[in-house]
Amino acid sequence: MSERRPRSFYFLAAFFSAYVLFLYGPMFAIYILSFQGPDGGLTFPMNGVSLVWFGKVFSGSGIVDIGAAFKRSLQLGLMVMVLTVVLSVSAGLAFRRSFRGATFLFYVAIASLIMPSIITSLGIALEFRLLDDFIIKSGAANWTTAMGLFTSGLGAHLTWTLPFGLLIMFAIFNRFDGRLEEAARDLGATPWQTFRHVVLPIILPSVVGIGLFGFTLSWDELARSSQTIGSVNTLPLDLQGLTTTVTKPDIYALGTLTSAVSFLVIFSALVVILVLQARQRRHGSDAGKGMV
Amino acid sequence: MTQDRKTFVAWLQAAPMMLVFALFFLLPLLFVTIVSAWDYNEYEMIPAFSLRGYTDTFEGCIADLPNLCTILKTYLNTLKLCLLTWGLTLLIGFTVAYFLAFHVRSKTWQIVLTLLCTIPFWTSNVIRMIAWIPLLGRNGLVNRGLEGAGLIKQPLEWLLFSEFSVVLALVHLFTFFMVVPIFNSMIRIDKRLIEAAYDAGASGWQTLVNVIIPLTKPGIVIGSIFVITIVMGDFVTIGVMGGQQIASAGKIIESRLNALQFPAAAANAVILLGVTILIISALTRIVDIRKEL
Repeated sequence: MSERRPRSFYFLAAFFSAYVLFLYGPMFAIYILSFQGPDGGLTFPMNGVSLVWFGKVFSGSGIVDIGAAFKRSLQLGLMVMVLTVVLSVSAGLAFRRSFRGATFLFYVAIASLIMPSIITSLGIALEFRLLDDFIIKSGAANWTTAMGLFTSGLGAHLTWTLPFGLLIMFAIFNRFDGRLEEAARDLGATPWQTFRHVVLPIILPSVVGIGLFGFTLSWDELARSSQTIGSVNTLPLDLQGLTTTVTKPDIYALGTLTSAVSFLVIFSALVVILVLQARQRRHGSDAGKGMV
Repeated sequence: MTQDRKTFVAWLQAAPMMLVFALFFLLPLLFVTIVSAWDYNEYEMIPAFSLRGYTDTFEGCIADLPNLCTILKTYLNTLKLCLLTWGLTLLIGFTVAYFLAFHVRSKTWQIVLTLLCTIPFWTSNVIRMIAWIPLLGRNGLVNRGLEGAGLIKQPLEWLLFSEFSVVLALVHLFTFFMVVPIFNSMIRIDKRLIEAAYDAGASGWQTLVNVIIPLTKPGIVIGSIFVITIVMGDFVTIGVMGGQQIASAGKIIESRLNALQFPAAAANAVILLGVTILIISALTRIVDIRKEL
């Protein structure tokens, strides 16, 4: 690489740096401001440094019941993550063969991805309302509603995470060497053994990636949840509600905590992916190393 | 295994995902369409055919001519925000993707820098919106800075809770959706084509316009579809960054829902869907999405 960089490189590098600053700058502003002193306001300058606002969030004073919303979002996120991984891997395997409705499923997934969220959200809300009406008319007088975090809410989140999972699976299997499975079959492996001992270990790093998308997209989901989770709120919904009422930095503290969870998940997922890839390189091929 | 059994297994593997989409996407869309043609009163929907949802929406559109009625004004405004956001995300997204694809030479750096652009996508949109408050507010950094430099006497009011801040936040949030597909198209361009253009005497600019942009078109179209559909239906960003004062296609639906006028909300959803489909079908005429994955 002794070739000299063209002048355009420096211009574009500067542009890219400015973009990264644009991406991260504002976020870091609120992370810093969440450590605002007790008398500090919503803007710079910092009026001392304290953990007062984090304390407010944890004790729940002056702010809606954040602890409960936190727990709900976490539970929902984990459930969405598991379902996204399982359903995407399963459907990804299916798409390697041709099956009836493959094209249809593909287009439905794309449509679900780009459908304006408010429409999906409204549709699910209507569906559950009509279902409730139907159940009540059928004689269940005490019935309240089927709508809830783990019914309509879960479904709404899956319409958002599954398309991402499916597209990642497509990317994985576009590069997958089918001869590995043939080799496994020739050695007498059952389809399940082939999947468990050959396919899964190879695709595992990317599957962790699907899990990362599943959790983070659900953890931060707002538009599709807005009409579909019934009487309780998820964390992003509470945060959105607070934007119009809160005038103190506790909203920043909450934002910092929410981001901390995101970063923790992203960081762990990336570490796991790196470890798995390193493991794969170590165990990957013993060709030319003699019999083990 | 016989061929039939293999196909059956594949079908079984795809069935759970199909079921989720059927229950939580296709069926809901069907209900939206049906309910949009129902009657309603102040507090509930009435399952009888009526086009009130639509007629209420377009109320005054003919009577008020030549002035535009509310719904048309709102849609024009949404389109304006949409075009602004699209233009800016395309410009920024293309430049960033170009840098990553053609100027970053080592694979490791490419991954690290791409990841750097991706991480904010995995964090909360609401937080990335409120993050602008300390910068753009009346006492924010920008106003303080400008006042300090003696450029302005009074704080600028249009920085926050305005169309400016809405577009700024939309660009901030969604440029990622442009970068990824454009980058994906760019790294698949055969580098020899660029060398050939260079050897044939093309300048850097000519190579960009005549070789790279045409070959990147699929990525540009896919990114555009993402950004346009998101902005057309957006009500959260426009709500938070517009101080709940700016009307948009998505916000009409939200306010109808808050008023429990479900058929009216559904009618608006159908209209929004129609407009979105029109835009997408115009865009997909340019490129076949399935081929690009």
